[in-house]
Amino acid sequence: MSGFIKKIIVSMSLVFFTAGWALAADSIVIKGSTTVLPITQAALEAYMKANKGVQISLSGGGSGEGIKALIDKTADIGNSSREIKKEEVALAAKKGVKPVAHVVAYDALIPIVNPRNKVKGLSTDQLSLIYQGKITNWKEVGGDDLKIVVISRDSSSGTFESWDHFVMKKTKVTPRAQMLPSNGAIVTAVAKNRYAISYLGMGYLNKSVKALEVNGVAASSQTALSRQYPFSRELYMYTNGEPAGEVAKFISFLKSPAGQAIVKQEGFVPLASPKKGRK
Amino acid sequence: MNRTTKEKIIKFILFLFALVSVLVLALIVFSLFREGLPIFREVSLGDFLLGLEWYPTADPPLFGIFPLIFGSLVVTLISTIIAVPLGVLSAIYIAEIAPASLKEILKSIIELLAGLPSVILGFFGMIVVAPWLQDTFDLPTGLNIINASVILAIMAIPTISSISEDALYAVPREFKEASYALGATKFETITKVIFPAALSGVSTAVILGMSRAIGETMVVLMVAGGAAAIPESLFDSVRPMPASIAAEMGEAPYRSLHYQALFATGMVLFALTLIFNLVADYVSHRFRQSGSATL
Repeated sequence: MSGFIKKIIVSMSLVFFTAGWALAADSIVIKGSTTVLPITQAALEAYMKANKGVQISLSGGGSGEGIKALIDKTADIGNSSREIKKEEVALAAKKGVKPVAHVVAYDALIPIVNPRNKVKGLSTDQLSLIYQGKITNWKEVGGDDLKIVVISRDSSSGTFESWDHFVMKKTKVTPRAQMLPSNGAIVTAVAKNRYAISYLGMGYLNKSVKALEVNGVAASSQTALSRQYPFSRELYMYTNGEPAGEVAKFISFLKSPAGQAIVKQEGFVPLASPKKGRK
Repeated sequence: MNRTTKEKIIKFILFLFALVSVLVLALIVFSLFREGLPIFREVSLGDFLLGLEWYPTADPPLFGIFPLIFGSLVVTLISTIIAVPLGVLSAIYIAEIAPASLKEILKSIIELLAGLPSVILGFFGMIVVAPWLQDTFDLPTGLNIINASVILAIMAIPTISSISEDALYAVPREFKEASYALGATKFETITKVIFPAALSGVSTAVILGMSRAIGETMVVLMVAGGAAAIPESLFDSVRPMPASIAAEMGEAPYRSLHYQALFATGMVLFALTLIFNLVADYVSHRFRQSGSATL
């Protein structure tokens, strides 16, 4: 009788151990930037279809959240639409985490207006003055006599930080600006508001809003890659140290031609040629 | 085991259960203060509460939450102005006037309203109310104080209505009978006898409705527009405190000044709701009708 029970216990614990081991080996947790989210979502669906038994879980929350999760070791990959900050590197070092950046795609930030707006393009300076609240009427930049409603992403989103970097430089966005929490909310707000101006990542651009030219250059994959279009940026996946196992396979899948086809399909700019991660 | 020891054991177990919620509250308050208080080493309390500029990620960052406090108070006040007449009058109708069959239907509809998830109401405000406001009044934006207040009022009505209704029911029959016996009309009975007798309960209902409105997050995040400036009109956007916390917490680096400032904003919000609850408590005692009308 006792032998029988022993057998059961042994076999059960074997099952648990192997299951636990399998789970640890074949599951990837990804967190972070909502800009990188659609690419990652499409890529992991394709990857999990091709590699049965691999579990990838993905959540948004923003670039800061992604890097925080990487540092806290609650994620294997931290998605970010900006480079990691000095303070974050320092915090990571304190916890024994070494963030390694992998550029997985390019994104272009695009100023958008309502399709009914006559304005076709703006210069970087004009954009900056509008966002500082110094230009307040569309007629000052060649549009109708309408008040400008400035819509921005929340000041802690990666997209905002890129906008801050490209357009605002050292100046501040007017406190009268509406701050919306996601790219999706921005599209909805601008599509329904002919007074509005905002900006978003290329992947979220659709027919309900009108993209503006910047300094006379329209955003496209070519102009973003060639850096002729001024507001283009890299999108990152951060890992703790050089990736290994499934994580490495997933990232190299995303960088492969098949992965980059997904990037393009999601409306982002694919890498010119497969590149190694920097830093 | 004799009866008294059993009694003692049961008492002790029940005490432990009661202690759990107190402990949980204490832990939450403790962590709120532990994460929030360090901000005051860098920013003075006056600059934090009365500062007009909220630029948490600028260099140097500015942590003035006055526009956020103002935003919270203004949407709460206006939603109260909208919700109180609707909530209280519907309670009077249900408790005193409506025929029994209609009463049940109305009550369940109001309860259903209370059960609506706030994200659904927020979505409604964003997709339906905002464009409507904008087109009808030719406004630059539909995501503004009025929109947020209307949606918050819809959320506060069930709270105000159902608690007021309980207060009205608690008014003893004898009051009503005495009033009718003296020849008062139904209108006089309601306005001069029943309503005054239920006033403490109704006031509690109003204040609880307000504290529901001030703490509501999803709605203000979605429809208030999120501009951290003192509004100049009711059609301007505001950024109430819960919206700011919800929008920024995910992106604020762990234990950075910004993170601490958001926790400190949470402390302010906690203090405001606490004040509302204390006032509700005071009012319900102060205006309590003693005797059989006590709620």
